[in-house]
This record gives sequence, structure tokens and C-alpha cells, in this order.
Amino acid sequence: MNFVKTLAVAATAAVGLTGAAFADGHEKTKVGFIYVGPVGDFGWSYEHDQGRKAVVEAFGDKVETTYVESVPEGPDAERVIRQMAQSGHDLIFTTSFGYMNPTIKVAKQFPDVKFEHATGYQRADNVSTYSGRFYEGRTVIGHIAGKMTETNKIGYIASFPIPEVVRGINAAYLAAKKANPDVEFKIVWVSTWFDPGKEADAANALIEQGVDVIMQHTDSPAAMTIAEEKGIYAFGQASDMKEFGPNARLSSIIDNWGPYYVSRVQAVMDGTWESTDTWDGIAPGLTEIGEFSDKIPADVQAEATAIKDAIVAGELHSFTGPINKQDGTPWLAEGETADDGTLLGMNFYVEGIEGELPN
Amino acid sequence: MLRLEPRRRPSKLMLGLTPVLAVIATMIAGGILFAILGKNPVEAIRIIFIDPFLDPFSRTELLVKGAPLVLIAIGLSLGFRANIWNIGAEGQFVIGALAGGATGLAFYPMEGIWILPVMAIAGAAGGFAWAMIPAFLKIRFNANEILVSLMLVYVAILLLSALVSGPLRDPDGFNFPESRLFHDSATLPIIISGSRAHAGVLVALASVVIAYVLLNRHVLGYQIKLTGQAPKAAAFAGVNANRIIAICLGTSGALAGLAGMFEAAGPVGQLVPALPVGYGFTAIIVAFLGRLNPIGILLAGGVMALTYIGGETAQLTLSLPAAAISVFQGMLLFFLLAMDILITYRVRIRRTEVA
Repeated sequence: MNFVKTLAVAATAAVGLTGAAFADGHEKTKVGFIYVGPVGDFGWSYEHDQGRKAVVEAFGDKVETTYVESVPEGPDAERVIRQMAQSGHDLIFTTSFGYMNPTIKVAKQFPDVKFEHATGYQRADNVSTYSGRFYEGRTVIGHIAGKMTETNKIGYIASFPIPEVVRGINAAYLAAKKANPDVEFKIVWVSTWFDPGKEADAANALIEQGVDVIMQHTDSPAAMTIAEEKGIYAFGQASDMKEFGPNARLSSIIDNWGPYYVSRVQAVMDGTWESTDTWDGIAPGLTEIGEFSDKIPADVQAEATAIKDAIVAGELHSFTGPINKQDGTPWLAEGETADDGTLLGMNFYVEGIEGELPN
Repeated sequence: MLRLEPRRRPSKLMLGLTPVLAVIATMIAGGILFAILGKNPVEAIRIIFIDPFLDPFSRTELLVKGAPLVLIAIGLSLGFRANIWNIGAEGQFVIGALAGGATGLAFYPMEGIWILPVMAIAGAAGGFAWAMIPAFLKIRFNANEILVSLMLVYVAILLLSALVSGPLRDPDGFNFPESRLFHDSATLPIIISGSRAHAGVLVALASVVIAYVLLNRHVLGYQIKLTGQAPKAAAFAGVNANRIIAICLGTSGALAGLAGMFEAAGPVGQLVPALPVGYGFTAIIVAFLGRLNPIGILLAGGVMALTYIGGETAQLTLSLPAAAISVFQGMLLFFLLAMDILITYRVRIRRTEVA
């Protein structure tokens, strides 16, 4: 009982302090970030940290940012989130799916702190969710992959069979198949977001199966490095990864969190922050396509650019019918586009992809 | 040339003192590391070792983090005393969490105070069964238990991720690989309100007392110690070596399994692929830092928990990289082992002999 009281007093004191400070207009807005990998993963967490730096650059002295890296999505996450909430942060970004339940739990105990959870589906009055429509990027690079492969075999290093990843595979496959009807996908599941060793093993296994273009949905540039060594092509994932494969890299899907983070911090400063659900693609700039390598022929570059422009203009949806599911049952009719609900819960391959979705 | 010569009689005083010296040496070397990284070393060490005690929530988190370490290390220490090396506690932890968690999920949404005890028994039985694999292979084929138990860790982790992606997956969870949240009857009661300190902490404390009595007052404890120190003498005295192998591996497996079940039904509240965070491996350090002595293990578990929680605070307040904290924890084991060598051996400088 005593302990609860102390905690309650400490919490109110912390909140009271920031509140007063805000009215005063001098105190800094404190923003925290929790990363699942090291900031040096050169992929997912790295880009979130770039977003944090964008916040620092945008607000300078008016903001104080902190981060904790390599926080496993297990029992420790709740403590770290809570420590942040307790130490006077105004806004906390929890940047991996596995932080969903702990974020919701802590948010209940700290109603005055704002939380933003990336890639999840649970919200509360003080918890927003946000993510990128990275599958739009897959449509662009899928086209390039389909055009560039000579063996007609494209490798895909996948992490977990969650909708986000399945959606990316499907979008990439549909685009590649359209560009090159003979194309075949080889998919390896590595059951991790960040494990350079496993990712490299997967890349080598794919190359042995005759793959000459690799895509990935994992966070490290290990596969890019292998592609460079073996003289095949790959795409940067989450960040550009050019320095890891100057010859291998064809293009990349870059997560550009900065503008979103800046706008959310601004909203907290202005007192206009509300719980929202953001899912932005290429058009708003959250998903970016990295510069094309000059290894890509000019006509293919032009096609890829046209696809990207059509997506930005809202003329092209990555999932436009007719599309059947893997087992042959119709999913989308001619001209029909997928609704967000189906995309968010996607648990099936589209027709033509071989192999079973791990279950 | 440097040469190591065995000492005739290692100093008892030093054996007790070195864990403390190792902690101090780690503070100094860690301080230098932090200084190189451009942080104030004194402040960093203060944040890691003192600050967690000042904040009421962090104090309870020490219990949350320390309890599984102590519980597992107590089990491991029995085997280590008998020269039986269970390196796979992490796997037994995972299987315990799986067995206990799956039991809880099977009874969903039933309610009743009997659910948790059944889950605990299932968890301990799961860990026990997993540890019996290396035990059986060692007894029957003399297979090396270090390798077998270690390899089974990876099997266990893959089994967990397969099951939470399949049969145990949350039906309303958009196919994300995790189970549903356990309902209240399958969640451990909290012993300090407002915190995450759960009933498992009390079990960990009880295990310390039981292990102490076992080792000091019970014939089985004597047999375990004898098997480790003088296997031949133990055999002459009628100690059945196979029985000791089965008991030591089985007990450590059951305790690790129990710790896993507590973790799933306590702070996490569901089965997730990221449930194993290395308690099974860290507990090996805890066992040695505690000199395989139950009281020592209790203290060592506290120190390790402190470095984790303080380490997170240091990341938060000083922006220390996570890797620096891992190096810091690694130093602790390094200094301890290095000092152990100096206790059991003396360093001799051999001069080139004159012809």
C-alpha cells in the first residue's frame, strides 16, 4: 500500500512537473524511443534512430530525446517502457510489434504520457499506432527484380509469417510475375528480425538454389554483403544499404520515419496530439524508393518510375484484381482492389507462389 | 616464461572474497570503458549499482529479474557440485513455459484457484522431462551432457516459435505469432501491489532455503558433493552415480521449467517467441558468482539483476550503448574466472636454465 502511494506520488509529481514546465514554455519536451535492435543494425532500428535525429534537428533545444536499444520483445520490454514513462517523458515511441501488449499495459498506468506503437493494432486514448505501407515499395522493386533476374528465380528472406511480411511477399511476387511470367519465388523463413549470421546463411542457401536476385524482410545488411560477394543482385531493406553492396544493390525500400516523428512531437508541443492510426505509403513519404542503380537498364528504370508515380497518384494499387489465392479460390475480381482490413490480416499466399505458409 | 603451478591449498578466505573483488574489478574496468565512451564513469557506476535501489519500482523489478536467475542457478549448482554440467537450462526454461502456458491456455476460459498449481506442476514436469533427455543419454550411452543439453536449447526455442505460430496462436491476433493473454486465473498473483513482483519470487526464496538444508543437512547433499570431489570414493561408499546424474539434471530441469512457467504466467502474461531472454545462460554465471552456495547464489542473482536494471537506466539516462552493458556483464565473469585461476594456481616465472 505504502509502495503504491509512493509510486502514485512520484508519478503525479513527474506529470505535474512537466505540466508546469509546459505552461512556463521553457522546459523541453522529452521524447523516448525503444528499439528492438541495435541502432547500428543499418536497417529497421537504424532508420527509427534516424527519425529520432530528425526530431532533434527540427526542434533543437526545445526537445530532449532518449532511446534504449536492443530491447527484447519479452518480459523486459514492459519495464523499459515504464522506466521511460516514469522518468518524465511526454511522448514514447515503441518501435516493434512485440511491444504492443506492454505498451498498452504501461499506457493505462500513465494516462498523461502519450505513446506511439509501430506496426500494432491496439490503440487507446493515449496510444496511437503507425506503420508504413511498405508493400507499395515491394511492388516497385518486385517489378525491377522480375526484369533483372536471368535465372527467373528470386530469393526472399522472410522473418515471421505475420501479415506485414506475407503482404510484402505477395506484393513483390505479383509485380515480378507481371514483369516476367516465368519468375519463381524461393522463400526462406529465418524466424528473426535481426541475426546477421542466419540472414547470411539464408542468402547462401538461396544462391545455391539458383537465385540471382534477393529481397529480404529482415533488418541486417548481411544478405546484401553476400550478394556482393557472389556477384548477384539484392535490394536494400528499411535503409538504403548501398555501402554494403555497391555493385549488388539495385534499389531499396527506405523507411522514412522522420517527418512522422516530427509531426507527432509538434502535436504534443501544441497540445493537439490525439490517438490516431497512421498507415502511410509512398505518397506521404513514409515509404521511399532508393535511387536506382545504373545496372538497371533505362527502360526498366522508366517502368519502375512509372509504377511508383502511379502509386503516388493513387492510380495503381499493389493488389488489383484479378487475383486468386494460392489454393485457386478467387480473392479479387477484375479491377477490384484489396481493402485495408484484408491486407492487415493477410494470412495467405497469392496464386503462383510455391510452398506453404509456415503455421 | 610464465607458468601456472597448482597451489597445495587454495585459500578459503580468498574463495569467499573473490566474487566481491571481481565485482569491484568490474566496476573499475567498466568505469574505464565508460570513460573511453565519453561518459562520466562515477556517474555510470552509480546509476548501475545504486540508482535501482533508490526507485521503488526498480526495487521490485530487481525481484522480478532476480527470481528466475536464482531459481535456475540453485538447480544448476547441485549438478555443478557433482561435476554434472547442465548448460541447457535455457531450453528447460522454454519447455517449462510452454508446458505450463499450454496448460493454462487449455483451461481457458475456466476459472479457479487450482489452475495455477496445475500449470506450475506442468511447467516443472516439462523442464524435468527436457532435462531427462541428456540424463538418459549420459547414463545409457555416456553422451556428453554439456553438448546434448546445449543443443536442446535450440530445439526448445524452435518448438516454442512453431507452437505459438500454430496451435497456440491467439485466434484474434491477426496471425501474429503469440498466444492469447492468459486470463486472471492463469496469471500469477502479485505480491507487492502496483509492481510486477509475483508469487514466483517467494518460490525462488524457498528454493534457496531448501537447497541450503539439502546440501548441509541431508545425506543426498553429501552424496552430491562427494560425487563431485571424489567420484571413486563416492562409488566405494555405495553412491549410485547414475542416480546422482538423474537427480541433478532432473532437479535443475524442473526448477528451470518452473522459472519459465513463472515468467510466462507472471511478467509476460502470454506465450511469445521472445520469451527466452537468456536467463538459463546467465544463471550459469550466477551459480559460479555465488560459489555454488545457496546464499551466495541469492546475492549473486541480486547483483546480476542489478546490472540489467541499472544497465537499462544507464542506457536511458546516459545514452550508453547496449553493447557496453553486455561487455560490462561479461567482464564480471571474466574477472571471477581469472581470479579463480589465481586462487588455485600460482604464477611462476621460469628462468632460462643455465647449462
